[in-house]
Amino acid sequence: MRIVVDLNRCLGYAQCVPLAPDVLRLKGDEALTYDPNPDDKHRLRVLRAAASCPVQAILVDQLDETEGKP
Amino acid sequence: MSGSASESPKSLEAFKTRGRIVIVGASLAGLRAAEALRAAGFTGRLTMIGDEADEPYDRPPLSKQVLAGWVPASHTRLPRARAVDADWRLGVAAVALDRVAKLVRLANGDEVGFDRLLIATGVRSRQWPNPDEAALDGVYTLRTSTDAARLRKALAASPKRVLVIGAGFIGSEVASVCRDLGLEVTVAERAATPLAGALGGVIGAVAAEMQRQHGVDLRTGVGVSALEGDARGHVRAAHLSDGTTLAVDVVLASRGASRTIEWLDGAGLAAGFWGVGCDAGCRAFDINGVVTDNIFVAGDIARSPHVLYEYQFLSMEHWDNAVLGAEIAGHNMVSDETQRRPHLLLPGFWSGQFGINIKSVGVPSFGDEILLTQGSFESRRFAAAYGRRGRIVGAVTFDYGKWLQFYGAQIQRSGPFPPPAAGFDRPADARPVPADFPARGVPTGIPDVVLTGHDPNERSAEYRPRGH
Repeated sequence: MRIVVDLNRCLGYAQCVPLAPDVLRLKGDEALTYDPNPDDKHRLRVLRAAASCPVQAILVDQLDETEGKP
Repeated sequence: MSGSASESPKSLEAFKTRGRIVIVGASLAGLRAAEALRAAGFTGRLTMIGDEADEPYDRPPLSKQVLAGWVPASHTRLPRARAVDADWRLGVAAVALDRVAKLVRLANGDEVGFDRLLIATGVRSRQWPNPDEAALDGVYTLRTSTDAARLRKALAASPKRVLVIGAGFIGSEVASVCRDLGLEVTVAERAATPLAGALGGVIGAVAAEMQRQHGVDLRTGVGVSALEGDARGHVRAAHLSDGTTLAVDVVLASRGASRTIEWLDGAGLAAGFWGVGCDAGCRAFDINGVVTDNIFVAGDIARSPHVLYEYQFLSMEHWDNAVLGAEIAGHNMVSDETQRRPHLLLPGFWSGQFGINIKSVGVPSFGDEILLTQGSFESRRFAAAYGRRGRIVGAVTFDYGKWLQFYGAQIQRSGPFPPPAAGFDRPADARPVPADFPARGVPTGIPDVVLTGHDPNERSAEYRPRGH
């Protein structure tokens, strides 16, 4: 799956981190870092993490198939 | 693919169903514009042209998660909001624009005709200026996922010393990753501090202290005069402008980016060093300042006048400028005049380095004074505001991002400087001091947000950083 976190919007509440710790991590007190293309087995956890974000900064793909593959 | 003159659809509705749109540049801005076009009801033919072979991917992770070895370079592909149903022409660059015939020429000789065009070709890394030295093994730049994969491989091979040339955001982030990996790293910066172009010397001094405490061998006020290779063509030494020589086996040239405008040569558009001039609705200007009807610009390559900054043309290499500019451009490309929207973004960026989250809002470099408004420099947890002529024009936070919106709101309404007190932790003795930005023409890296004057074709904005 694919995600992107809008880190302008992210305020470092880190609600998402314990919900999907293999995908989203905090570096220091406030800097969020993440795996943009995590394995699909994390999908449910990532969706929960995205839903938990107070500022809705985590964008998850809306498509199973993507175009433009080389 | 034919560029033959099929009759252009006359009405907007006909254009939305049968028109041809070409987007040149298949990265963040190009992708989001394509999605915006489909969201706005465009069902005509859409072609995406990109010089990189890979589908659209996100770049900010490359200098962080990817270099650190957590995420492979190929795993930053962007999530899709919707199907864009495009004809993807990836791995082939656009080489020319013919505005009269309304077609784009590609490097493989193909021609792609359009009714409306979006220019989103962005920027690329400035290469090390000496081509022989740039070609040495072990000398890198960092912009694409291919660059990141190569540099990651070099860092994973446990080099004895990494040299980072240029302490802007990317250079500083790479130095941070090197220290996390336990690698010895030297940072050479011609300005007096890191991050000087973006945040000024006061904040730069905080960044310098942070780098040194994390074990970076930071050398400011020096340039790199030459790189030297060994018999196998691998870099082995760097000669600095202060006469010292460093033994290095990996070199990253991070000296800013240049706009990808060469393919627009001869097209008569207002394209120059800082990008392609466009109006606040993303429509490109021609070389005489006349706005075009069918050519739009988005992302890093766009420069457009901004109401908050005296209507100077603002050029921004920011993630949200690509996203939000593309959404506006896509909407406006398929809208009537009265439905068009302005792209008037309050600039904002972030940078994670040395465990600190640095964020900014507004255009700090437009200011000439800075005031520590919350927290302390020593703790590296603070907010500071930038002012010019009694108005707040920008702000920066170190691990204080929750307060950034407060400053953003002040900037948006051109509030006073110093700003009203925020929170309870205002330093007792803080007073405005000069923000200490490098003078124009000082040879530091190219900053990623630049006010480029009032002239759409940039004749008044000749800012040529010297050499390296």
